[in-house]
Amino acid sequence: MKVQSPLEVYNYLPGTNCKECGEETCMAFASKLIDRSKSLDLCKEILDDSYKEEYEKLKEMLSPEIKEIIIGIGDKAVHVGGEDVLYRHQLTFYNQPPFAYDVTDVMDEKEITERVNFVSNYKKFYVGSFLRLDMIAIRSVSDDPKKFAECVKKVKDLTELPLILMSFNPDVLEAGLEVVKDKRPLVYAANEDNWQRVAELIDKYKVPVVLFSPDLDKLASLAKTFVEMGMNELILDPGTYPSGKQLMSTFERFIKLRRSAIKDGNKDVAFPIIGIPAIASLVSKGKDELEQAISESILTILETIKYGDLLVFHNIAPYVILPAIHLRFNIYTDPRSPVRVEPGLFEMGTPDENSPLFLTTNFALTYFTVKSDLESNNINSYLLVVDSDGICVEASVAGGQLNPGKIKEAIEATKAKEKIKHNTLVLPGLAARLSGSTEDETGMKVLVGPTDSGRIAKWIEDHWQTKA
Amino acid sequence: MSEEDKEIKDLSLNLKDIQNMLEKYGVEALKGITIEGDLEIDVEPYSGGGVSITPEMIQSMIVANEAKQAVYHISNLFKMFGLSLSQQGIPATTPTSASIQSPVAKEAILKPGFRPLEKLIERKFNVSKDEWKLRVEEITLGATKADGGTRGHVIKIGGEAALPFYSWDGAIPNRPVVTLDVFDMPISLAKAVKVHYEDVMQDPGDWARKAVKEYKADMVTIHLISTDPLIKDTPAKEAVKAVEEVLQAVDVPIVIGGSGNPEKDPEVLEKAAEVAEGERCLIASANKDMDWERIGNAAKKYGHNILSWTQLDMNNQRELNRKLLKVVEMPRDRIVMDPTTAALGYGLDYAYTNMERIRLAALGGDDELNFPMSSGTTNAWGAREAWMKESPMPEDSDWGTRDFRGPLWEIYTGLPLALAGVNLFMMMHPLSVRVLKETTQALLGMIEGEKVDISNWIKEV
Repeated sequence: MKVQSPLEVYNYLPGTNCKECGEETCMAFASKLIDRSKSLDLCKEILDDSYKEEYEKLKEMLSPEIKEIIIGIGDKAVHVGGEDVLYRHQLTFYNQPPFAYDVTDVMDEKEITERVNFVSNYKKFYVGSFLRLDMIAIRSVSDDPKKFAECVKKVKDLTELPLILMSFNPDVLEAGLEVVKDKRPLVYAANEDNWQRVAELIDKYKVPVVLFSPDLDKLASLAKTFVEMGMNELILDPGTYPSGKQLMSTFERFIKLRRSAIKDGNKDVAFPIIGIPAIASLVSKGKDELEQAISESILTILETIKYGDLLVFHNIAPYVILPAIHLRFNIYTDPRSPVRVEPGLFEMGTPDENSPLFLTTNFALTYFTVKSDLESNNINSYLLVVDSDGICVEASVAGGQLNPGKIKEAIEATKAKEKIKHNTLVLPGLAARLSGSTEDETGMKVLVGPTDSGRIAKWIEDHWQTKA
Repeated sequence: MSEEDKEIKDLSLNLKDIQNMLEKYGVEALKGITIEGDLEIDVEPYSGGGVSITPEMIQSMIVANEAKQAVYHISNLFKMFGLSLSQQGIPATTPTSASIQSPVAKEAILKPGFRPLEKLIERKFNVSKDEWKLRVEEITLGATKADGGTRGHVIKIGGEAALPFYSWDGAIPNRPVVTLDVFDMPISLAKAVKVHYEDVMQDPGDWARKAVKEYKADMVTIHLISTDPLIKDTPAKEAVKAVEEVLQAVDVPIVIGGSGNPEKDPEVLEKAAEVAEGERCLIASANKDMDWERIGNAAKKYGHNILSWTQLDMNNQRELNRKLLKVVEMPRDRIVMDPTTAALGYGLDYAYTNMERIRLAALGGDDELNFPMSSGTTNAWGAREAWMKESPMPEDSDWGTRDFRGPLWEIYTGLPLALAGVNLFMMMHPLSVRVLKETTQALLGMIEGEKVDISNWIKEV
């Protein structure tokens, strides 16, 4: 974003301190706009016609360095790009790159249905909610407009996820666009040969488009040309190559593109970047299952971190997807917001005086993991969350943030002893080292639980006899 | 150019444009311009030395006042700047607003509408280089006969003058290195890992040999975990026999680790350093919560490197490094840092950013942080997603086979940290080791690889 001072923003706000946005003053709202924790549309007054000029000015001032593009419509629409920094600690990385999975127009109906349904329904629980997949990319392998249109129709009927239509043949693209023209799909791709015809399509259907060239001069030329022609919803594909020196130069191109846009202010390339880990199968196709998985995973890691804004995959093996969605989440977590939870004593289910008392730290991930393991296994219990400065069990035992003194304090502050009859505390397995000293400090009987809360159900069976 | 266009282009001026211009014309400073009050700019008459603007002044102008006013003043300033430049005889290209403008066609945004073009507008892609002040220290691991040790070769890590794998910015003389974990007693391991080691777990020498011969480890780490009072409480004197066994079994450089017990480790590591005298091992580790001075002194006295270990805190890392440098007087070329590795999904974001910030600070000139980094990548196996047979959550989609998921989890923990600056990886799964080595070498241009044409990939994948 171009501005750094809240004052610059404040000058264009109504200045009435109406509090509609949830902030006490317009100045406070201005600083939230600068760090992107609030959006301009929360200001009701500025949406009024009389502020049109100020609104437009602020929109421009507050727009991110990298253009933000929306693909799809409705709840499932995805935001691509919109980044402001090269390193996440400088602010945060903003829009998680949507993950798109491919189908082709030569797959049979069964395969298409299976793949699309798998992607649409995929979910993995993590830190209090579910991680999901985002898009379907439809590749034309047949190069036949009619076949492609049929395939797009099939996919459209199966899912609400946003689509990418993939072909270098403008006739094929047009046939597909005609089927989903009201769904705002992404068109892939214009290149050096087809750009004029593709530009006509983009103008006709008013959809975002990918520009493809591994030659950065040509890519910048394509982008400049499209902007001149009146189109600015562009995504850049600098080419993904799977191995060796070509892989090295792929890495280099992604970084140079983003550096040029953000550090050097090069507007020619200030657009989101698309990475294609699916290309890994050009070299791994004939190899065994694991080699295919690894080859696509390497590209996924490199392009998730440096600086893919949208990624297209071929491999839908669950063990390939699982680490990828966690990496994306981790890298795009806002480093400014604390991931710790409030310490205290929490009831899981409907505990009584015979229920076990578990202990964990206030690292958000640990807390949510233990909580979901207790709840999903219907274990009525108390969970004592100790303030470990938001550090996980293993590290806080090593680093001293979790210690018998802190545990005693927490027990006293929450009156945990009064809730139970058995005077027994269950420590996490990774805090086993603290068991003796905790017994001494608290005067409670200490049991050592499993090292992973996923095994609590089994542990209860083996170690916890409820005395009625 | 219309008046309207001119207005817009003037408003698009920002600090970056100014910096770019200054660089473009090779002007480092403009002398003689002062700012009074809010935004009154005074320009002294040209007086031989030219005109000077400090970055602080520019910053204060931009931040201080109304945007319009600030931008107006800056653009005025530039007109003056242009003038003084021509006085100094810099050729024809006086920087008018045309050369300051951002390259986006403002007209296109102002007046949308399709205007087909006959041919591509040719653009040249340009990007700046990162300029850094300091290199990472280069550390030598292992000593050969010539240097008083018995290793077959030495390994160097660090020495880079650019961000990891950014070879176009500066020299990266050494590739990342993998050391495989060996323990001095059989321990419980994830099933996917265990199958590779169960035949050698009784004997640290055999274990080390297998790691090097079969799994191509660059180095091995012998962890003396049996010394932990809560495990076996093996006396230091007895435990260090495992170090001797490993040194005899393999001729690669080694890392010597304790049990992590803050009371016992200083004694154990001191003894280990003594029996491995002259081998230039890496002693793992000195930690703020234990007697780091004793461990550091032992490493120094017996000719080893020291691992400086802190928990996800850059300031603590700096402080411990400073203590090792100032109190222990450890030579700069004998310190490696472990800023702590958290597994994918379990704090990798902290580990990644902490390391990235440490490396950025180091290259930027912080001489208390410019040491190579080590990662306990094996921590990846603590993640339930790495080792559990299936999800304990009934709502989750299938996790897939753990035989593949586990090693991928280790790769997904290690490779991101390679991008954050790690030079030495402590790992476990043979497949993860292979992939990490191959990928980091590919990123340094050390592997030719299979060349492919992607111009028609849509049809060929």
